[in-house]
Amino acid sequence: MSKIRVSTTVNGDAAEFLCESGSSLLDVLRDTMGLTGSKEGCGSGDCGACTVVLDGEMVCSCLVLAPEAEGRTIATIEGVAEGSVLHPVQQKFLEHAALQCGFCTPGFIVAAKALLDRNPNPTETEVRYWLAGNLCRCTGYDKIVRAVLDAAAELRQERTPA
Amino acid sequence: MNAPEQMKQFRHVGTRPVRPDGVDKVTGRALYSPDFKAPGMLWGAILRSPHPHARIIAIDTRQAEALAGVKAVATGRDLPTLESLVMHVGEGASDIVDVSHNCLALDKVLYEGHAVAAVAATSPEIAREALALIEVEYEELPFVLGVEEALAEGAPILHDNVFTKGVDPKPDKPSNAAMRVEMGGGDVEGALASAAATVTGRYSLEPVHQGYIEPHACVASWNGDGQAQIWTSSQGHFSVRALTASVLAMPQADIRVTPLEIGGGFGGKTTIYLEPVAMVLSKKSGRPVRLAMTREEVFRATGPAPGAVIDVRLGAAADGTLVAADVEFLYHSGAYTANDAGAGVSSAIGHYRIANTRVVGVEVLCNRPAAKAYRAPGAPQVNFAVESAMDELAGKLGIDPLELRLKNAVVEGDPQTTGLPWGRIGYVECLEAAKAHPHWSAPLGPNQGRGIAGGYWGNYGGPSTVNVSVAEDGTVTVATGSPDIGGSRASMAIMAAEVLDIPYERVRAVVADTASIGVSMVTGGSRTTFATGMATVQAAEEVKRILCERAARIWGVAADQVEWRSGEVTCLDGEKQGQVMSAAAIAGRSFHSGGPIAAVAALSAKGWLPGFGVHICDTEVDPETGHVKIVRYTAIQDVGIAIHPDYVEGQIQGGAAQGIGWALNEAYIYSKDGKLDNAGFLDYRMPVASDLPMIEAVLVEVPNPSHPYGVKGVGEVPIVPPLAAVANAIHAAAGVRLRDLPMAPDRVYAALHPEG
Repeated sequence: MSKIRVSTTVNGDAAEFLCESGSSLLDVLRDTMGLTGSKEGCGSGDCGACTVVLDGEMVCSCLVLAPEAEGRTIATIEGVAEGSVLHPVQQKFLEHAALQCGFCTPGFIVAAKALLDRNPNPTETEVRYWLAGNLCRCTGYDKIVRAVLDAAAELRQERTPA
Repeated sequence: MNAPEQMKQFRHVGTRPVRPDGVDKVTGRALYSPDFKAPGMLWGAILRSPHPHARIIAIDTRQAEALAGVKAVATGRDLPTLESLVMHVGEGASDIVDVSHNCLALDKVLYEGHAVAAVAATSPEIAREALALIEVEYEELPFVLGVEEALAEGAPILHDNVFTKGVDPKPDKPSNAAMRVEMGGGDVEGALASAAATVTGRYSLEPVHQGYIEPHACVASWNGDGQAQIWTSSQGHFSVRALTASVLAMPQADIRVTPLEIGGGFGGKTTIYLEPVAMVLSKKSGRPVRLAMTREEVFRATGPAPGAVIDVRLGAAADGTLVAADVEFLYHSGAYTANDAGAGVSSAIGHYRIANTRVVGVEVLCNRPAAKAYRAPGAPQVNFAVESAMDELAGKLGIDPLELRLKNAVVEGDPQTTGLPWGRIGYVECLEAAKAHPHWSAPLGPNQGRGIAGGYWGNYGGPSTVNVSVAEDGTVTVATGSPDIGGSRASMAIMAAEVLDIPYERVRAVVADTASIGVSMVTGGSRTTFATGMATVQAAEEVKRILCERAARIWGVAADQVEWRSGEVTCLDGEKQGQVMSAAAIAGRSFHSGGPIAAVAALSAKGWLPGFGVHICDTEVDPETGHVKIVRYTAIQDVGIAIHPDYVEGQIQGGAAQGIGWALNEAYIYSKDGKLDNAGFLDYRMPVASDLPMIEAVLVEVPNPSHPYGVKGVGEVPIVPPLAAVANAIHAAAGVRLRDLPMAPDRVYAALHPEG
């Protein structure tokens, strides 16, 4: 069977790829496009390590068929920083030591940014429930939640007119 | 919170700088095992047994080999026949024959998911298609999953060459009891008979998985000249090299293992599963081969922590003085002899002074994946039973559970279970810190209860090699052989910067491959900051000495007429007195004044000390559903000295969360036909962010006098106390004593409603 041709936008750039009808978006991102920042921890949508934003919605890219990306916009961990300037969520993850092994970190950062994009002032409980689809086995989530709350505070300050 | 002997003032130790590998890890650039590709790489896949116990009669691979795109097929027959040899690499001992047969079964499969054959093909799809074409003829055998069933008369025997070790005389029949360990002394029965209060209980736990989020993966490339490269993530690439070379009967130096970033291990990545198989496929195909597990394969085929059945009896005098402890446990060893019973015996009751003790542990083989190290291996299971019994005993005696522990807690000089005296430990300091913590006296709400538990882990030292080198501009590279699993690059850089008294950012730490640095043991056993840290300090001290010597030579003064001050050499002699020379100035001239500046420390670190922890847990038990919510959690631990407190706290918080998961949700669930029913993160329920409160980590610092900066290992201890802390909190909240983990809602509900 011939491969399917798909045209998308990835992190702001037009991107085309060929894929099998059964390929996941995660497989294409990682194996075809070389964007290995999105991780596969389970392949069943339970760990969130492959989290990307598809047309503004947070999804597990392991559960999205690659052909579904046709004509759509994808944002991955590789596009979170602006050039070499880290996004506040990334910076706060570093400052709070919110990662140990770092394998789940891209998924958490994409998910946390998606939260703060729609809710600039989340409570601790809102952060915990928003991130409940992302598994971290190293940190016990304490420093992750603190980093996200701190990033939210910093982003709010930036938005406040001087 | 510093102990009185903590007098040193540090410039870097105890600070919280950003880790050097941080940016790569928050931007998705860090390269983990499943991310690596080699040019011309093939994709491998492994065929696994559908049966929990079966003889392999025949394997027909011809159809798979004929499939277009398939470049190699391998079975257990492709691995060399080995003589039994127990190797002490990784975490604990393993017989290399078992390691080999676990990578690819030879005559028998011992658990559902046991690797039977492997293929390498030009795409993952073709590799999977080829697996379906391999025909394996099995003769199914009776299987056994439970430890008591495995020891029963007539139980299926897994290995006819295993005779219980630790029993004298050697048994004349093979047994599933792989090993028996006993320690203790005194008159246990007499002391129990005359005790004012006794408690007796039987406890059980199911095996649980380490649950690292990165599945195992590797790429191997074995050239025709016999030399090979392996790219993999592990807790110890030297262990990967040693085990793989031994399984393949080849020289270790012919394998270069490059450590990729590791996505969690917790003990489970101290062994090998894929590497020899990828090597054989590479040799057969003449191309690099990737093997990667799915999450399902990780659950079915890699090492869980052993489940257990544990009997405990404790006795105390009326004033609370413990007089006797009798502990006997059976641990699931899984398919091959594991290493948890000995650690379980020495971790059971050594935190209390008890005159009459008997602790017996047995490793029991059964048709489950081979048990592997999981954070404080062997300790949490038996600690759950002992610390639950302590809580019950406190209730019987009418003594506060913290006071009962304080009254009996061991201090320096008291005997361990082995009989050896404890060194400078901090259990009493942790209990005192718990007593003083606001959490201990905070009010509780309706249906809430507070539990406490204490525990410890022995920790380790062992071999590490570190190379500290100075670049021509005076910046410093620290190369270690210890994989960085949770911030060790940062702690090594801190220690080197402390020795050299230079800015942290002028020191960069890297993890070097097996061809670029000397042998180093795994990152495990809570040894890295201690042992590799000791080597880092030693090598940095030597570099400092060389820099001073070079400066003296350049100045033309005697070596003792210079001094290292604030990261520079100061001259003390003659007219040059007071002149300074920076590391950059010395290193910049090093090619003409003695050569490059570098020092290697290769040592086997001694003088490690155990870590002790005390956890306070508040639960809220829903009487309608049996659901248990963790309302507040405080974990107090003696950490020696925290080099990078953020990552020390992180270890404690993460360990506590894993312990809470073990207590409340996690368990391997098997079907009646011996197959794992919950081989995925949906049904194997690890804690998520909304399950947990903030976990307050309280660092008690009782320095280790044997380490230059007072380090004690911190990683393992925090998983030890949570199981009983949660159980004791449930008892306090709801008045029911749960002795079987996990304390999932159905079990709690059943305990709350015994009438049914």
